Amino acid sequence: MIIRPKYTQVLAVSLLVLATLATLAILVFIIVFVLGKGLPNINAEFLFSNPEDMGRAGGIFPTIVGTVALTLTAICIATPFGVGTAVFLTEYTRESRITRIIRFGADCLAGIPSIIFGLFGFIFFVTYLRMGWSILSGSLTLAFMILPTIIRTSEEAIKSVPYSYREVSFSLGATLWQTVYKVVLPNALPGILTGVMLSVGRSIGETAAIIFTAGSSLRTPHSLFDSVRTMSVHFYILAREGLSNEKAYATATVLIVSILMINLSSYWLMNRFILRKTK
Amino acid sequence: MTHKIDIKNLNLYYDEFHALKSVNMVVGEKNIIALIGPSGCGKSTLLRTINRMNDLIEGVRITGEVFLDGNNIYDPGMDLYELRKRVGMVFQRPNPFAKSVSENVAFGLRVAQFKNKKKIAEIVERSLRAAGLWDELKDKLNRPALDLPLYQQQRLCIARLLAVEPEVILMDEPCSALDPIATMKIEEMMVELKRNYNIIIVTHNMQQAARVSDLCGYMLLGEMIEFNKTSEIFTNPRDKRTQDYITGRFG
Repeated sequence: MIIRPKYTQVLAVSLLVLATLATLAILVFIIVFVLGKGLPNINAEFLFSNPEDMGRAGGIFPTIVGTVALTLTAICIATPFGVGTAVFLTEYTRESRITRIIRFGADCLAGIPSIIFGLFGFIFFVTYLRMGWSILSGSLTLAFMILPTIIRTSEEAIKSVPYSYREVSFSLGATLWQTVYKVVLPNALPGILTGVMLSVGRSIGETAAIIFTAGSSLRTPHSLFDSVRTMSVHFYILAREGLSNEKAYATATVLIVSILMINLSSYWLMNRFILRKTK
Repeated sequence: MTHKIDIKNLNLYYDEFHALKSVNMVVGEKNIIALIGPSGCGKSTLLRTINRMNDLIEGVRITGEVFLDGNNIYDPGMDLYELRKRVGMVFQRPNPFAKSVSENVAFGLRVAQFKNKKKIAEIVERSLRAAGLWDELKDKLNRPALDLPLYQQQRLCIARLLAVEPEVILMDEPCSALDPIATMKIEEMMVELKRNYNIIIVTHNMQQAARVSDLCGYMLLGEMIEFNKTSEIFTNPRDKRTQDYITGRFG
């Protein structure tokens, strides 16, 4: 049987539209479902008070503090290493076997399942280095996980700075390092920030690696050596132990909304970056 | 006496490609020298050997000597950063940094670790005046340089260069992105600058070479075919190939 091109065209378009709509529908369904169940349970008290009775009642304040502390520490550790590696790979080395191996290594790091990072963090940081379940162990583990993202996005951002900028800078007597920090990095900053924001999003949502390394204490942490429970871990425990469905959905809602906000702001940054470049 | 620049038997290879073939050139004091020739003849490459910008390109190999005030700049002990302050460069496309007007001009000073704010402001003003931009831009010093029209951008790049007080200014087709009026302004400025600086300009535009330069070198396929007074080159070329080029038979 031969179908006329006119009809295969119609068929193709309908299938493509269907696929797109299905994707969109799934996203909307998940968000509406979680928000629908979670939003009614969110109020100022939920956000700012301590959990009671293992989380069956009360709020999630310590887990918000835990999430922020863990994420910020991880970013502070990973950013200098990631940006440093990117600068070294792009500005200080010529494309060679070694740079390709380093890049390949970073890509492999990105592909390792987070539970493996968790196990590694548990064995190395928590037990071997005796950091215990703590913000420090958790954020070091997280830093390893987000390093590849920061390296790759920073590399792209650095490469997109026009070569002529470097040329002028050298022609005015600047050293390579002066060129990097006075000319290249300021111009690459929006792109680097985009990568950092994406990493923040990833850190906030991470669960498996955190349970192993930061523990699940419900107290508000006072130092880097305290154990914390992040929002995602809290959600996992509430749901798994069947403690409270309402509180679990409310936690998930706070989590989703914050990740959404972070992604939106990184898109905003990215757009500004691209606009400025094409101007 | 030692010459300002003395290029002796200079060869340059891009990997296997022989881009400059035994080039010799002598530059006295306070002249405008034009390098002309068809695309790919090596004139930009020659220009970039004088501030060692070719060093940045992978696979470049250089033999021969380039003397600046009697010192070979290809000596291993040469301070590259000092050299590039003494031999400045203006590029084909205006390329100000994404910084303010005054920060662009001050860039070379910041790189050289100038700290005195008053002094920096003075030099910025003096450089902008020398580039004929002060009256146009004195109220826009904090505006982004990339918002300026192209002809002002290119003059700003020259001001940025003058701030580090070079002795030699290399210009790599500085007007090819500009309209005729802007080109005229740059040329007027070059004649003005000639009083204090040695200028070497690479140009595609033979009329420009004839208008502004005192000495002129004609290059072809990596060789310096003829180097002479500009008036001689254009009215009485010694080499048949120079004559063919300036009369427009090819190129």
